Amino acid sequence: MIVHLFAGARELVGAPTVSAELPNGATVADLRQALLQVNPELAALLARSRIAVNHEFAEDSAVVPEGAEIALIPPVSGG
Amino acid sequence: MIHLTRDPIDTAALLAAVQDPHCGAVVLFLGTVRELTGAVRTEYLEYDAYAPMAEQKLREVAALAGERWPIRRAGIVHRLGKLAIGDTAVAVAVSTPHRAEAFAAAAFIMDKVKELVPIWKQENAPDGSSEWVHGITPS
Repeated sequence: MIVHLFAGARELVGAPTVSAELPNGATVADLRQALLQVNPELAALLARSRIAVNHEFAEDSAVVPEGAEIALIPPVSGG
Repeated sequence: MIHLTRDPIDTAALLAAVQDPHCGAVVLFLGTVRELTGAVRTEYLEYDAYAPMAEQKLREVAALAGERWPIRRAGIVHRLGKLAIGDTAVAVAVSTPHRAEAFAAAAFIMDKVKELVPIWKQENAPDGSSEWVHGITPS
């Protein structure tokens, strides 16, 4: 599963995407755990970030559909 | 007219896009790049976005405002890339029959843009340091 990164998250990891191994039926909470395993440097920011699944904010309990477009959305600062 | 752009925002075109013969009020809000935030000086800002989601969320924000006020037309344009002091980063234009609704709707749209739309600014200081703004005061 590819996770798109932006802004401070992209800077912390040093790449525009990361990949995380997720079993079928995994939830957004599972995805957060998997991200932490691969990129522990994201911990503080991840805790304050939302996860977008197919361009919609997803709750931690939501199941991540196969082939979904996943993005880590740190606190936004547009305007 | 709801989109992201890397070019200077054409506010005249945005105003023209929300003109409507049934409206007695048009409000145009511009968010511009400020040099000083408290004592911290900004040299320039860099904006980035998760573009497809950001444009979708901008349309949703306009629709949300349309559920609350009798908006005839609404436009939102957000600029990305490197912006200098005084540049317009975001423009919101709303037309309604009467002015109170237009003021309220434009303020609501800006509040929601700052809450829901995946766009980020990076502060670049005169000393060459930079920091993405994620809602915490740098320590």
